[in-house]
Amino acid sequence: MEFIHDVVIVGSGLAGLRAALEIPVTAKVALLSKVFPTRSHSGAAQGGISAALGNEEPDSWEWHMYDTVKGGDYLTDQDAAETLARDAERAVYELEHIGAPFNRTSDGKIAQRAFGGHTRNFGEGPVKRACYASDRTGRVILDTLYGKAVEKSIQIFSEFVLIDLIVERGKVSGLVAYELATGELHTFRARAVLIATGGFGGVYKTNSNCFSNTGDGVYLSYRAGIPLEDMEFVQFHPTGIHGLGVLISEATRGEGGILRNNAGQRFMELYAPSLKDLAPRDVVSRAIWTEIREGRGVNGEDYVNLDLTHIGAERIEDKLSDISSFAKIYLGVDVTTDPIAVTPTCHYMMGGIPTDLNGRVLNRFNEPIVGLYSAGEAACVSVHGANRLGTNSLLDLVVFGRRAGKMIAEELKQLDFNNHSSNLDEVSRHRIESLLAPSHGERSFPIRNDLQTLMMDRCSVFRNEADMLKGLSGLESIKDRYKSIFIQNRNPRYNTDLTEALELECLIGLAETILKSAIARQESRGAHYREDFPNRDDKNWLKHTMIQNRSDGTEIFYKPVNISRFEPKARTY
Amino acid sequence: MEIKFRIFRFDPDVDAQPYYKEYFVQAQGNERVLDCLNRIKWTQDGTLGYRMSCAHGVCGSDAMRINGKCGLACQKLVKDFDSGEILVEPLPSFRPLKDLIVDMNPFFERVAQIRPYLIASDTPEKERLQSPEDRKKMDLAIRCILCACCSASCPVANRDDAFRGPAPLVQAFRRIFDSRDEEKLQRLDQLNNKEGVWSCVNHFECTRACPKEIPVTKCINLIKAEIKKTG
Repeated sequence: MEFIHDVVIVGSGLAGLRAALEIPVTAKVALLSKVFPTRSHSGAAQGGISAALGNEEPDSWEWHMYDTVKGGDYLTDQDAAETLARDAERAVYELEHIGAPFNRTSDGKIAQRAFGGHTRNFGEGPVKRACYASDRTGRVILDTLYGKAVEKSIQIFSEFVLIDLIVERGKVSGLVAYELATGELHTFRARAVLIATGGFGGVYKTNSNCFSNTGDGVYLSYRAGIPLEDMEFVQFHPTGIHGLGVLISEATRGEGGILRNNAGQRFMELYAPSLKDLAPRDVVSRAIWTEIREGRGVNGEDYVNLDLTHIGAERIEDKLSDISSFAKIYLGVDVTTDPIAVTPTCHYMMGGIPTDLNGRVLNRFNEPIVGLYSAGEAACVSVHGANRLGTNSLLDLVVFGRRAGKMIAEELKQLDFNNHSSNLDEVSRHRIESLLAPSHGERSFPIRNDLQTLMMDRCSVFRNEADMLKGLSGLESIKDRYKSIFIQNRNPRYNTDLTEALELECLIGLAETILKSAIARQESRGAHYREDFPNRDDKNWLKHTMIQNRSDGTEIFYKPVNISRFEPKARTY
Repeated sequence: MEIKFRIFRFDPDVDAQPYYKEYFVQAQGNERVLDCLNRIKWTQDGTLGYRMSCAHGVCGSDAMRINGKCGLACQKLVKDFDSGEILVEPLPSFRPLKDLIVDMNPFFERVAQIRPYLIASDTPEKERLQSPEDRKKMDLAIRCILCACCSASCPVANRDDAFRGPAPLVQAFRRIFDSRDEEKLQRLDQLNNKEGVWSCVNHFECTRACPKEIPVTKCINLIKAEIKKTG
């Protein structure tokens, strides 16, 4: 079918839903999602959303901005960090007004707790800035925004998979989606398209992401010729459940949890004397891996212990109930008496589709692509720089999701349809036919598994050129294997065998952008740590990496960082 | 160890009737039933259909009936089933669309009917104040992930399609007992009938099924008590 909408939003997490609420009811909006909206991965966010409300202790948005910039190892665009921190209070009050059930202080205000890298008075010590609803903050905000979408009767197309984005002559034309229930291809012509498809942790073997997070919107933008920004900056969250990668919130350490090695030693005291266990994620993940590599993993294995035994059962029930249930179910561990085995897990992509402060997607000349917008983890504003602070992601989604929605509503007055091509789905039809053509061969799973293992081994927490070059050549053989991929399921109804193969193309393409961007950056900054270039090098590398898919191959170029209030200085915690 | 799975299969485009198919999977005791389904789909039979996403009990996608009990495939471990054989079926009373995938649209429509959003006219400059005690009244209900295990387990809902079922009632509970909501009476009124709370006769199957340990039956009974109190 061909659908014609004024606005198509792809992705029903917090960014997509928040943007949708800004579009006037006079416009015809479609919200596309691979899943039912309440299944979106924003719902897996646990610990909190930051805002300098000062409900528990004095705080200020300037401190929040500073922490965001320093947390991002000065790669953060400071105009974006200022926008985020200044708008945080309004954004959190707004969520409260529309019903988000935050925990409360004894005087009835929104309760707040400490989180990694968030400090008082420009780094003096931890500050309680994270507003939370137990350890299911993302989930309840998702439910709250979904409820508003229901109230507003926004038209939702659930289980529609984005498979092509069409941009012609610098202007969006629309997109092609595959309907899981029927196997039909649909084109959506639109005056405005917002890409809010989230991250792609599935590039890595150990990750905290849902299976649906395969970066479809980011990859398809790249395939359509849009450059991607800062793809080498991949966040490994320090505390994933050992062997599973399931997230154990940083809120555990915000509430007093302590990381311990095989000797029971609180090793973070050595790596971050001031903030200790509440140092930013890149610092803690490197510390954990250093402990493991130097033989201090628990029982000689590749994990350390997260100790919550001193926090107390009542406080855990009140503030950390979901993670205590995960530990119980998956490890058989009672967190009030025994530690949780944890290891770093791929969690968040700082890089993505470059946008301005209003969600407009930018081309290589930093000019907006007409009618194309992006927000959330799919986008790179860049508000997280080289390393995102915990709780800044949920804030990013509602602040920049709203701004993108407002910009769409504004620009919609002038935007018209791009009718350059009459047939938008020709490439997609051909692609699916050719995917279904082989009658035998290798299926998705072993290829995906090898890709994830390769990225884990060659380009994760610790990196060096030799390993990454091996990774790049290994990727070539993975691409070759993909060319003759075999889809066993030939039936149209809920053919996830086919969609997993489509998703795998996205994962492979994004892995390549990560590897190439990481090989090019010959310094260490934030989450990008090079053993062969262990220091930050502001003279040569205080700049954003841009990678673009061009007819003659991939091209890497750079763009400057916006620096307004805070000059780069040494980053210690 | 080797585990035998018997899985409900049905593709209305291909099959005249549903049938059960057997698979044998190598699995460790601490692996999830979902891991086994993935292994079957990825290495044995790509035609198997089921929903899943987060794989750790937060998104609510992979609700199904496992050895007769509704639950999330990502929360049930192989060692939970000592018989060595695991029977996997779609949620009962939901229309099967393909294999373990059921039609969720009527369920979400029922959730929408209870107006799953805060109704409040005031917009103070900062947050509305709410005491920790008032906030605590919703604490268990906000765990709901809309997986539908409770509704599928409810003997009344299975028999009587007019009954809204437990999950929409939990959603209603969350708003009725939110001190900030201004339409509590209207919400109670909407549920003061057989389609609402009065068909519930305390089988407790919903409570037993809930993967998030919400005391679902208790929530429904608290709504009933509130109706009596205000009526």
